[in-house]
Amino acid sequence: MKYFHLIWAALFRRKSRTFLTLVSIVAAFVLFGLLDSVRLAFTAGDSVAGAGRLIVNSKMSMQQPLPESLGARIASVPGVAAVASANWFGGVYQDPKNQVISFAVSPDYFDLYPELSLPADQRATWDKTRAGAVVGAALARRFGWKIGDKIPLQSTIFPSRSSGSSTWTFDIVGIFHARDPRQAGREQMMMFHWKYFDENNAFGSGTVHWYVVKVADPAHADAVARSIDAISANSDHETRAQTEQAFQASFIKQLVNIGLIVTSIMGAVFFTLLLLTGNTMMQAVRERTSELAVLKTIGFSSASVLAMVLAEGVLMLVLGGAIGLALVTLIVPGLGAASGGMMPVHAVAGSTWLSGVLLMVLIGVVVGLPPAWRAMRLNIVDALSGR
Amino acid sequence: MKKFLINLGLLLLVVVALVAWTVLPWIGAVALAVALALWMALTRGGRQAGSVTAVGVGTLRQRLGSSSVIVIGIAGVVGVLVALLAMGQGFQATLQSGGRDDTAIVLRGGSVSESQSVLTRNDVDAIEQAPGIARDAAGKPQVSAELVVAANLRKKGSDDDANAQLRGLDDTAWALRPTLKIVAGRKFKPGLNELVVGQGAQREFAGLDVGDEVKLGMQTWKVVGVFASGDAYDSELWADRQEVASAYRRGNSAESVLVKLTGAGAFAAFKAALASDPKLKVEADTTRAFFARQSEGLAKMIRVVGLTVGVIMAIGAVFGALNCMFAAVAARSREIATLRAIGFRGGPVVVSVMLETMLLALLGGLLGALVVWLVFDGYTASTLNGLTDVMFQFKVAPALIWTGLKWALAIGFAGGLFPAVRAARMPVTTALREL
Repeated sequence: MKYFHLIWAALFRRKSRTFLTLVSIVAAFVLFGLLDSVRLAFTAGDSVAGAGRLIVNSKMSMQQPLPESLGARIASVPGVAAVASANWFGGVYQDPKNQVISFAVSPDYFDLYPELSLPADQRATWDKTRAGAVVGAALARRFGWKIGDKIPLQSTIFPSRSSGSSTWTFDIVGIFHARDPRQAGREQMMMFHWKYFDENNAFGSGTVHWYVVKVADPAHADAVARSIDAISANSDHETRAQTEQAFQASFIKQLVNIGLIVTSIMGAVFFTLLLLTGNTMMQAVRERTSELAVLKTIGFSSASVLAMVLAEGVLMLVLGGAIGLALVTLIVPGLGAASGGMMPVHAVAGSTWLSGVLLMVLIGVVVGLPPAWRAMRLNIVDALSGR
Repeated sequence: MKKFLINLGLLLLVVVALVAWTVLPWIGAVALAVALALWMALTRGGRQAGSVTAVGVGTLRQRLGSSSVIVIGIAGVVGVLVALLAMGQGFQATLQSGGRDDTAIVLRGGSVSESQSVLTRNDVDAIEQAPGIARDAAGKPQVSAELVVAANLRKKGSDDDANAQLRGLDDTAWALRPTLKIVAGRKFKPGLNELVVGQGAQREFAGLDVGDEVKLGMQTWKVVGVFASGDAYDSELWADRQEVASAYRRGNSAESVLVKLTGAGAFAAFKAALASDPKLKVEADTTRAFFARQSEGLAKMIRVVGLTVGVIMAIGAVFGALNCMFAAVAARSREIATLRAIGFRGGPVVVSVMLETMLLALLGGLLGALVVWLVFDGYTASTLNGLTDVMFQFKVAPALIWTGLKWALAIGFAGGLFPAVRAARMPVTTALREL
């Protein structure tokens, strides 16, 4: 540590060159931070929070309805702690572009999602209000909805019987938050009573689109899923039960292989960065050949010269990388807000910082090693005489 | 202070040049290149610039490390940019190419996609009566009521299920899609559980070869044919509408009605007639507009992501190029000072350094575009559009390669200008004394 000053001075020996290199490194790590945040945002669904929940939908197709009566039979399966149901609604607000993720849910649906918090008094009002709806905080912000508002929502699927058109009216009675900021994507949802939906739905009634099942012991989730599927086997409404993680993962996999795209872009970026900083380090050390020889002359060991040059490379990468990731920390909240909830990113995750720092050190060592090696092997007499 | 003002001026010049460059069509770039060549061939200054450039390019091999940094850095930017844009364009092209001006699609009012729409038998009958619909030789209206459902199928080579689009159609459907061809087997027969699959779906999902049997919606279907259409239909499975409706318990309803119009001009009257019928709550669109809207969101997102990534990478590459060219100029400062001492002017020196950078940049751009073209052109990918899988091909079009090269040259310009000016402005005496 006592040589830090020396390493720092060597790094900024040529200010403009180091500055230019640093900007390149910053750009690379900004990109890394952004892409990794997006990747995490899209894979956040596999977190443990969903453990112990099963999603049961029709085996034929996700849009295919299931009878509402199936719920009671699922509840009687051993190992099932609770059952709730939900229906697609396909809501849009004012303009077809403003899609609202909205579900008609059974009364106890909310209890299965302890990661969402709704104040108790709002919950009580919701239970009493027939056309009441609770909305996520992010969704409420997006459209400026407040508790007490009466909002018209068009369903792209279901006409309403009372209005004779596709417009449904809801009273907003509660706003819920996600307890974990990483799951803020869930604050984009809106939920209302299945009973209101079912009575008003012009297309028949008594159906739900999926059941959420809480299992008593997550370790037995697969066995419970099999027994649930067995209930309806060979009927005209066969089900498929799977854990929530598996359900979400299948969606993300189909959407696009985000991990692969991110990895290939980052591969291209870091390969280029390696060349660029490697080249700069080579130049920097070549210029200082005589200085390094002087260091050795006054008694620095070959090993400490190697360590110092290596440390210089790592310092350069860590400096640039830290600035880059810090910039991302500033950008990301704005990005999450600007995308209108399309990209549920809010903060740079700890794992992004961790892999970022690992990358900085790794690249620093890789680019520092050849010049450091050269510096270590330097012959004092040759170097001082400029040979 | 003077130096600061000069740098500021140069920065402004870069910004203005980049803005002008982005709107320049390729013919303008060719004109610029021709003008430059003429200047270099015909004027004294140009010939000077030519000889200085020749020296610079000749010594490139001695600076292999830093020159390759510029080339590979820019190749990376262009490669990633072109690949992402090719993905967006391929997706959009696949979804849009089926669209025509003389076919219309009718959905229930307010529906954004087919799967959200529901039309009753009465709706379909009423739509058939609207004016502007083409009729076949027997006088039957060329109308096909269709139904799409998401069907679970196993992806090839994995244990994952994915949603394929199963479309039930009337017999008239084939005539409404003239570009569609059966490439293997035959069409399905009405009233039988027979499937004809798109070639994209056949590639993506397991067990869809002609003669195979698959279980969809509690019933067993026999694959009797494969079709190719080159658009989004390629990802679908087709069967008789009545059969699909009974397998998925959809009764007599349809989701969309495809209509062949007497001509592109008949659409306005057709739409107006549907809108004025009080019994109908439907919306009509030409298939061209409808398909374009379907791909809009995702294609736009891919484009925005591609440009953002490209811009950030380009910033990194510009600074990398600056670094390398400053080093190159510094290494040759004595040589440049000598040239100026024997009477070469500053202009040719600037031009030569710029030319050298742009040459390296162009090389990088070509390299990046070539790699992407070799690897990704025609590469098939699939993504989720709405609820079901859509297969599309990356499309590395010449226009995209040109975009990539434009970016490469812009990076070269921004990265070369400052070192070039420094080379020309170096005081001759100091530079000559420099080691």
